Amino acid sequence: MDHRSPLERVLRALALTAIVVFFMFPIFWIVLMSLQTNETILRSPPSMSFVPTLKNYAAIISGELDSNAGSMSIHFMNNLLNSVLLSVFSVALALLLGVPAAYAFARHKFRGSEDIAFTLLSFRFAPPLLVLLPLTLYFQALGLANTYLGLVWVYQLICLPLILWIVRGYFEDISPDIEHAYRIAGHGWFATFRKIALPLAGPGIAAAGLLAFIFAWNNFIFALVLASADKQPVTVGALAFVTASGIQYGQIAAAIVMSIAPTLLLALWAQRYLVEGLSLGAVKG
Amino acid sequence: MSAQADMPVLRRSSRLSRTLLPYLLSLPALLVCIGILVPFVTAIYYSLQRYRMSQPWNRGMNWGENYLNFFTDSSFWNTLQVSLVYAGLTVGIELVLGLAIALLLQRRSRVNNFVSIMLLMPLMTAPALAALMFKLMTNPNFGILSYFMQLAGFQDFRWASSPDTALLTVILVDVWVYTPFIMILLLAGLRSLPTQPFEAAALDGVPRFEQFWRITLPMLSPYILTAALFRLLDSIQQFDIIYAMTQGGPGNRLMVFQVEAYLNFFQSTNVGRSAALLLILWAITYALSNVFVKNWLRLRERAKGGA
Repeated sequence: MDHRSPLERVLRALALTAIVVFFMFPIFWIVLMSLQTNETILRSPPSMSFVPTLKNYAAIISGELDSNAGSMSIHFMNNLLNSVLLSVFSVALALLLGVPAAYAFARHKFRGSEDIAFTLLSFRFAPPLLVLLPLTLYFQALGLANTYLGLVWVYQLICLPLILWIVRGYFEDISPDIEHAYRIAGHGWFATFRKIALPLAGPGIAAAGLLAFIFAWNNFIFALVLASADKQPVTVGALAFVTASGIQYGQIAAAIVMSIAPTLLLALWAQRYLVEGLSLGAVKG
Repeated sequence: MSAQADMPVLRRSSRLSRTLLPYLLSLPALLVCIGILVPFVTAIYYSLQRYRMSQPWNRGMNWGENYLNFFTDSSFWNTLQVSLVYAGLTVGIELVLGLAIALLLQRRSRVNNFVSIMLLMPLMTAPALAALMFKLMTNPNFGILSYFMQLAGFQDFRWASSPDTALLTVILVDVWVYTPFIMILLLAGLRSLPTQPFEAAALDGVPRFEQFWRITLPMLSPYILTAALFRLLDSIQQFDIIYAMTQGGPGNRLMVFQVEAYLNFFQSTNVGRSAALLLILWAITYALSNVFVKNWLRLRERAKGGA
């Protein structure tokens, strides 16, 4: 392994460059597009020399977009706000419900616990439309149609299984002896849970919460089916953008950049946690 | 547990809590999910009905007719075929690519670290938005990928708008988004392999190519299997990328299960057929998920044992 021929080194460097180019190019190119006017985007052949402009971003933020048919107002910032609200509240609720349940599954092998845990996990793998389509009819009857509450509830389908299964693994890794010692000292189970178990599983909870946030943010199908325009997150909003004819391409690109930036920055900031969560518990840092 | 039972102080207070507490703790999570089980049962009920929203007067039980109709329904076989081909090709390509990249990045170094962080970016991009990015890049007027194709000698390469290349286009997006996932899992696997077999093989002068086939691949196979099953489960249900790119078109070239069911429900308002389609998809994923969970739990046990 340590003795590499110069040829091998060159090939290796070439391969790594090709990989980085393949995986980074689309993001790079969309960012470039977002800094251009329609004239420079439509140049043929495409060129990378242009005077960057922030006009596209200004237009998105103000909500007044230029299209072929003059100015039209699309409030993409509203979509961004919806994404923030839906993701934050969904993850908060999932943590509130999921962490105690994960603790229960990890600490107590009670009757049916494996079956229940598996049932909860299997939600993650079932086709979402199977539940979503009948739910549209129920939501109308319950008055939950097109409400944040209804959406946050349905988002538990993605967030809850993730948190439950990742956090459970972390609780299982903590030796119960520490908790027993603390309880013998006269503390109740809740104090033990709060003072001992929670802090020890902290990194796992953070990793699970982060992943759940990213999956909630990136979700498309739930809101496509259940939300109308004023509740839609960026994923659905951006699609309407592209299909609405005649919006300037640079402005579409700017909207996409603003939609993917939060998750990408979060990933850069917390990449170690993410890798741990994403490797399905096959690795512990 | 037995240590706890011996403690007289604890016995009184914990007997009740030990039996009830776990249920109480998991109850809220369960309740939220039971609300989701109800529509699941409803979907089964719909799938056994003749139910079109446009013809409410005609609604009624027809038992298995929706399912029986599939046998003679060419668009159902098209859906099944497209879904299987899509899932097979994406997972196959992603496995080969992901494994190759993981092998390249195996050794910890600053460059390798940087590359693996860069690879996280596509995975963090919403698949629907990734499809839109590629839609812009394959636009016939200004798309950079269309331009590259022109340079490579393909005049009028129409990407997702041509039935010949639509599948290729969505597979490209899927590979772009999800290869890093497989890479991360396999890299974790590679780095957790014991070093002794490799050192022994190197001492014996076993060529590296042979080391790969005889040692690396067999030892890595539980990771490969877990990654492949997990991705298959997702890929066979793919909706976001395909819907955002072409909504199942051109024609019915990309009509995978969930896109077909979505259009059945909202466009042709054939609720019965839509539900039956989704239940067939559910049966496939349920079988796959059982195999996956078994493998996954075994993998986690192994990871814990090794740590």
